[in-house]
Amino acid sequence: MSTIEDRIRQQVKENDIVLYMKGTPQFPQCGFSGKSVQLLKACGAQFKGIDVLADQEVREGVKRFSNWPTIPQLYIRGEFIGGCDIITELYEKGELQKLVAGVKA
Amino acid sequence: MITPQDIKGLIEAGIPGARVEVSGDGHHFEAIVFSDVFAGKTRIQQHQLVYATLGDRMREQIHALSLKTVLPE
Repeated sequence: MSTIEDRIRQQVKENDIVLYMKGTPQFPQCGFSGKSVQLLKACGAQFKGIDVLADQEVREGVKRFSNWPTIPQLYIRGEFIGGCDIITELYEKGELQKLVAGVKA
Repeated sequence: MITPQDIKGLIEAGIPGARVEVSGDGHHFEAIVFSDVFAGKTRIQQHQLVYATLGDRMREQIHALSLKTVLPE
């Protein structure tokens, strides 16, 4: 088993909500990452931001892990939810709010 | 530089019969894809289908592609 996949599996298991992003929640370095942070905050989500710019291995490893070619990537309770497009669509349909509320319960 | 027409062509070739609308300024692109092939698939699977048609050539440009997949009513 490759160690990078183990590390990612560990990260998404230990944290209910994880956003692999460019930059940090305080200082997003990309529009899509920034928007995803905004939407999560709008839902009152407590989440862990992982800056893939600071770790090239994670940046490529997470794309293989989810078979998804871009960053950001959102995981809730270990499940891959999607990138910025899907996060936005979920938010507009009120589904992101339900997912986040489900974690808090 | 990749153009909206390039992206439209790749998606249509990869998902026969799909109706594809692509706009963009050369850096950021928006694509809406209408196809029955999305039936019964999660949003993630639908998007993965479209990304698969774009292949490695689009590796970096995909990042700037906002994608919407729609099941025709």
